[in-house]
Amino acid sequence: MQTVAKRVRKATVGREYCVACGCCVKVCPKSAVHIVKGIFAEVDFEKCIGCGKCARECPASVIAISEVPL
Amino acid sequence: MKKRWYDYLWIVSLLYLFLGLFNILFAWLGLLCFFTPLIIAVVGGSKAYCNRYCGRGQFFALLGGRFGFSRKKDPPRFLKSRWFRYGFLTFFLTMFIVMLWNTWLVLSGIRELSKTVTLLWTFRLPWHWAYHGSAVAPWVAQFAFGFYSVMLTSTILGIFTMVLFKPRSWCVYCPMGTMTQLICKARSGNNVSLSQNYKENPYIMQSEQ
Repeated sequence: MQTVAKRVRKATVGREYCVACGCCVKVCPKSAVHIVKGIFAEVDFEKCIGCGKCARECPASVIAISEVPL
Repeated sequence: MKKRWYDYLWIVSLLYLFLGLFNILFAWLGLLCFFTPLIIAVVGGSKAYCNRYCGRGQFFALLGGRFGFSRKKDPPRFLKSRWFRYGFLTFFLTMFIVMLWNTWLVLSGIRELSKTVTLLWTFRLPWHWAYHGSAVAPWVAQFAFGFYSVMLTSTILGIFTMVLFKPRSWCVYCPMGTMTQLICKARSGNNVSLSQNYKENPYIMQSEQ
């Protein structure tokens, strides 16, 4: 019998186009996002629950919610 | 989420635009929005101004988010492209220099004070009611009219893109934001070491492949 790997949803930031405005930081309910040196946003995957609030808020729409293996 | 004092700075931004309707000299206060982000970026190496203290961004978030005046659609790809962001920054700075030049012309007596506000660098609106005589030198008032034009123009552009795209779409091409991000990049020497968490995280490896 084949085992199916459990998958979880996590936010990932397209750093090349991120403007580091911090909108994602403000809406994250788990404080999982922070701005690295004023250049781009970074998601802490340990904290991220993949709710997608940051992706909806991002004015540049550079945050994606992806399903990844646990 | 607990509100902090700086979450209410949108009131200051609104008050700024409101005061400029009555006395144009209040426009000088707008220099705070110009120098504070630059100082924070140069000294602190961060975009804390954009992230926390930008009243204009908060105003757009409120108007487009809570009051629902935004379509909340993805912005077009060109808006976040480098050529557009840097191009708009160059254009904005050029128009800023033109504004300073006009101030100098009034200072040197070559040109008379123009009691107008120029919207979108094109449309001249009479604004004489906000000028109350000769308490200050004409060039001081000329700079105020010019700076208020810049602030009002950027607010109008911000509202326009707020309605069309996401509430804070202005932040994507805001010249101050682009400038402070460039300063932060220069400070870090384009060599940002990602946090350990990011480097070792299996999820990002998966999603970037």
